[in-house]
Amino acid sequence: MNAEWRWDFAFEILPKMLWATLNTIMAAGIGYSIALIVGLLFLLGQRTRFKIINIINREIIEFIRSTPLLIQLFFVYFVLPQFGITLSAWVCGMITIGLHFGTYLSEVYRGALEGVPKTQWEACRALNFTTFYTYRRIVLPQAFPIAIPGMGNYLVGIFKDTPLLSTIGVAELFHAATAVGGYHYRYLEPYTIVGVIFLILSVPAAMGIRKLERSVNKSQGKVKN
Amino acid sequence: MSYLSFLSEHGPTMLLGTVTTIKVLICATILYVIISAIFGLMRVSKNPIIQGVATVYIEFFRGTSLLVQLFWFYYVLPFFGISLEAFTAGVVAIGMNFGAYGAEIVRGGILAVPKGQWEGAFALNFTPAKRMKNIIIPQIFPIILPPAANLTVELLKATALVALVTVVDLTFEAKQINAITWLSAQCFGTALLIYYIISRFFLVPFLRWLEVIAARKVGKDRI
Repeated sequence: MNAEWRWDFAFEILPKMLWATLNTIMAAGIGYSIALIVGLLFLLGQRTRFKIINIINREIIEFIRSTPLLIQLFFVYFVLPQFGITLSAWVCGMITIGLHFGTYLSEVYRGALEGVPKTQWEACRALNFTTFYTYRRIVLPQAFPIAIPGMGNYLVGIFKDTPLLSTIGVAELFHAATAVGGYHYRYLEPYTIVGVIFLILSVPAAMGIRKLERSVNKSQGKVKN
Repeated sequence: MSYLSFLSEHGPTMLLGTVTTIKVLICATILYVIISAIFGLMRVSKNPIIQGVATVYIEFFRGTSLLVQLFWFYYVLPFFGISLEAFTAGVVAIGMNFGAYGAEIVRGGILAVPKGQWEGAFALNFTPAKRMKNIIIPQIFPIILPPAANLTVELLKATALVALVTVVDLTFEAKQINAITWLSAQCFGTALLIYYIISRFFLVPFLRWLEVIAARKVGKDRI
């Protein structure tokens, strides 16, 4: 086995890898959209006045957050068919990622809502605004900027966790690399290309989020350094 | 097959896997703590070369996926003549990946120590090494432990990935049992429960205890 990097082989497989990258980006996008909505549902569960729902909600979040995404994927993929629900690997993967990261996003939402000063609520109460109006015009516009950095971080997080989907057979970037590597029995180029593609996509994204965070802090009047 | 008979038949195997998972957890935690301390200190260095090395390391390991790094360590390094055992490759990949995240936490902790402490140490004519060792570092523990605790729980979850490079851990055993018996709900459900129990009743209380001790050391009894 020689360790030489072969450019011809790298260029031969590059188009295939780039196509698979589209799948990865799509998986991250869909998973993230589901997670955004699931996060809202968990947030609702947290903010209802029924204590029992709060407690159950809390436990579900704790459970999902402290168990590995990989086993959750296996669980959804292998167990649902036992109950007569057969879903494709794509759907299973998206559901699991959505649920898993939905719990994290609900914490981001909660932190953002709690970041809005209490006096804002009191003022709305004093002005006799309806709850809906209070949320729409006063609270959410202030909570959103606080939530942006956390939301961005989890977008990058989901993107970096998509390779797990290959374990249940979703044809994304990592799956393509393993297939190509197994076919030619050369793993050096495929896995290195995967790493480089991830770096190219996620480092600028992370930088963008940091910039966004700084501008948000500035607009909130919290200037660091 | 009832759940109890499932447990009596496959429970011991899963427990063996759990022991491996805990071994990976402990080894990877030790490695990640060391790496985050080194690179966190390098990151706040005034020397641009040292700082640059740390920045490249951190961005590289945070920018790529853990699974990719794991496969790289296990399948690609042998091409360069470095063959790691599956267990070692898993521990090294997880330790280095989480070390990058931990280094950022350490950096944040160092910068969060109040400026007066730095100035006080400077005024008392401490050498930079002594200032770090005696004044700054003892104070960063209560600051960095809560985020580090979160990271350690993430690390426990990440240990599941080593099953994919053939380390026989809890996830691997669950997959094996699933392949033999097709009792997916039981075996994956049990695995999920075991991870939950490790994290909720052992790891998190232990980390909380560390937080309390660290806070007490610097005279902050609240938390």
